[in-house]
Amino acid sequence: MNINRRQFLALGGAAAAATLAPGLRLIELAQARSPEEAAAAAHRWGLLIDANKCADGCTACVDACFTENGVTGHGRPATDAQWIRKVTLKDKQTGQVQSLPLMCQHCEHPPCVDVCPTGASFKRIDGIVLVDKHICIGCRYCMMACPYKARSFIHEDTTGQKAHAPRGKGTVESCTLCVHKVDRGDGTTACAEACRQAGHQAILFGDLKDPASEISKRLATQPSQQLRADLKLNTGIRYQGL
Amino acid sequence: MKTVFLKAVLALALLASPAAFAAGGKKPERVPLPTIQVNKDRGEQCVEPTDVMRRNHMQFILHQRDETMHRGIRTVKHSLKNCINCHADPKTHSVLGKDGFCESCHRYASVSIDCFSCHSAEREARSAEPAAATGPRALKAAAKGTKP
Repeated sequence: MNINRRQFLALGGAAAAATLAPGLRLIELAQARSPEEAAAAAHRWGLLIDANKCADGCTACVDACFTENGVTGHGRPATDAQWIRKVTLKDKQTGQVQSLPLMCQHCEHPPCVDVCPTGASFKRIDGIVLVDKHICIGCRYCMMACPYKARSFIHEDTTGQKAHAPRGKGTVESCTLCVHKVDRGDGTTACAEACRQAGHQAILFGDLKDPASEISKRLATQPSQQLRADLKLNTGIRYQGL
Repeated sequence: MKTVFLKAVLALALLASPAAFAAGGKKPERVPLPTIQVNKDRGEQCVEPTDVMRRNHMQFILHQRDETMHRGIRTVKHSLKNCINCHADPKTHSVLGKDGFCESCHRYASVSIDCFSCHSAEREARSAEPAAATGPRALKAAAKGTKP
């Protein structure tokens, strides 16, 4: 019998789930689906970012994202793509400075999708907001509609793309929540993994619809915020300690 | 009536052509046939029969692209990545270039493909996708329920 890693993990996950009592899993159930299985509405992927743990001056998440997705610039910060960026907030009264990563917030009601004239900007059934660059005409309405300035336009010819992250001139792009990793069942994103390896653990990836997931448990027990919650976009990225 | 007209046009063309060649001095050469390097890197047989692939490869990858992009279905069989991984030139690791699998033929047919303004034309490192599990041979075997 020839089984690959994914099938092995699925078997292991099933075994772990079967042998222990419900809710008491030895290994968290493998989030991997088989390649022929479509993304499902049973999940909603998101991140929980603890701004208190986010270190000032650390760019591990940004670097990891750009490396993972082959996001390269031309040394022109004004126009180079930014899938994720570090934002520094300063309280003018107290002088307190806070640093946090900001990326596409993967809204439940994404304004970028509302304004897209071609249907290129869309929300996948599991809550990941993406740009279908095959359909994108580069009008940049979505960039203007996004309250988080999360999207970038590619102005110049691009080379050295990653096989799992095609990117090219004349289209808009943004954080994909590492959709290739999600589909593979890695159970993390490049930024979350890098933050963990840097020892900060400020970013947690998980399934907002799974009550047993760590992200859901933390959201249920600890205070958290959505950025611009007044817009009622129900973002998939939540923040703590703002 | 139509055929009469066609015959007349053909006759005129035949009459005119020697004169044209005489004026040019030399018979124009045919566009050289492409030297396609098939590069069966990860298996002997393509995912579909050759004649099917020649006619329908664009439909396969168009269909797959929507399935993958919008529904997250990432089967390897008809994916562009799989084409590239198998057919990339062993030296340049690319399907582009003068003798590249994609470019040579599309250039001959004068079809401009814009896949590679976004997609990488280079094959992935072998370790990323084990050939045994995803190659055409394995797919065929899986369909039959036998070992590759």
